[in-house]
Amino acid sequence: MKTFFILPLLLAATPALAESGPKTDWGQGADDAAFAAMIKSSFHDKGIATLARLDQDSTQAFCSDPARATGASKEAVEAREKIEAENLATIKWPADNTWLGDWKKGEAVAQSGRGLTSSDKADGVRGGNCYNCHQISKQEIAYGTIGPSLWNYGKIKGDAPETLRYTWGKIYNSKAYNACSNMPRGGHMGILSEDQIRDLMALLLHPQSPVNQ
Amino acid sequence: MKRHHLCIAFAAVISAGAARAETDSSLQSIEQYREALRDGNPAELFEAQGEEIWKTPAGPKNVSLEQCDLGLGAGVVKGAFAQLPRWFKDTDRVQDTESRLLTCKEKLQGVDIKAIIKAPFGSPEKDEMNALVTYISGASKDMPVKVSLAHPKEQAMFNLGRRMFYFEAGPHDFSCATCHGQSGARIRLQELPDLTIGKGAGVAWTSWPAYRVSSGQMWSMQWRLADCFRQQRFPEPNYTSDVTVALSMFMAAMANDAKLDTPGIKR
Repeated sequence: MKTFFILPLLLAATPALAESGPKTDWGQGADDAAFAAMIKSSFHDKGIATLARLDQDSTQAFCSDPARATGASKEAVEAREKIEAENLATIKWPADNTWLGDWKKGEAVAQSGRGLTSSDKADGVRGGNCYNCHQISKQEIAYGTIGPSLWNYGKIKGDAPETLRYTWGKIYNSKAYNACSNMPRGGHMGILSEDQIRDLMALLLHPQSPVNQ
Repeated sequence: MKRHHLCIAFAAVISAGAARAETDSSLQSIEQYREALRDGNPAELFEAQGEEIWKTPAGPKNVSLEQCDLGLGAGVVKGAFAQLPRWFKDTDRVQDTESRLLTCKEKLQGVDIKAIIKAPFGSPEKDEMNALVTYISGASKDMPVKVSLAHPKEQAMFNLGRRMFYFEAGPHDFSCATCHGQSGARIRLQELPDLTIGKGAGVAWTSWPAYRVSSGQMWSMQWRLADCFRQQRFPEPNYTSDVTVALSMFMAAMANDAKLDTPGIKR
């Protein structure tokens, strides 16, 4: 019964999935017991990275199914909209209505990829990992390309209230705008403090920031 | 409508011609550096060391590993790595090179393998394993990857590995697919293999174990995977656990027919 249910989902998968590798019944619903047992038996706590981190929230569980995370079916599209609405509701907007901090501090947050690994201390400084995936200031040539370039972000987008709101929201909880975005949910998951988000906002939007020079 | 518009704007790749040209030349320099490194890969020293360990009597039973069956019969090393992971009748498990070596150490030599499993990477116990894997991988150099999914347990392990590849969790919501699920992407300047296609999986699978110049260490795939999980902000995988064997099975089977360039070298 389960096999027949999964097949249509697989057919709806992205071309990248459909084109390569042996065709198998492998995804969610395909032997959930074996998959759960494998996860349970395969890890141990190390430092601050405990086994509790393997417990998925509803967004993570949903996005672990590539057919629904990227599929074009009506069911997948509607499910993603629901996930986005759930994540949008988690966003904590800046309490005092101050949106921009210090872009110099923001640059340091963007540069740092530290924090929350099994080899990091619990009270260690946490970075934003931003340059790992984005081009940001033009001076830094060692940037990743998983995310879009953010160079000239503020110059192009201006400082209208909806721009401030969207940019804050995207850093705080990226999944509010794209259910299965590759980008971490900086504020929602407690990776970044409110002040760090303000500093990143300044890096992206302040006219004097190197991003907009 | 407004949200749609903003999303498009955020996703727009802003042209940055000069910066891109600089980046291209940086990537080129790194490629030249890698080429230079390939002349005289220090991994050869680990290969020689691994061969000696393989042939030297050890453990409570004081026997060598020369009668270890890596899948092609007792004592056959040549070509064995190209067909691992595989299902083994005696253990009724799918095993990668390292978990199979543990079976041989336990059964042939009478070694308590729990100590090896628990020892951290970089310890003498793990260094010995890495040297053995390096030796075994070198004996399949230039051979095409030929991993079978014919046995139901092999197919099941592949399926579990494929599903694990997309398993997203932890404070950063990372899965293997976050970095390795698309073609042509980089972290900083490091190019990422797309493991969902044969070409990318081939590049990745055929270059490990590898000598890492930056750390001066010989890394096996088990070590490579453990460090991926560290960066994913996951807890640490148990050495030779099913998650690690399943991911290896997924990668290796996707890499079938790619030519092994083992042991490899990385910056």
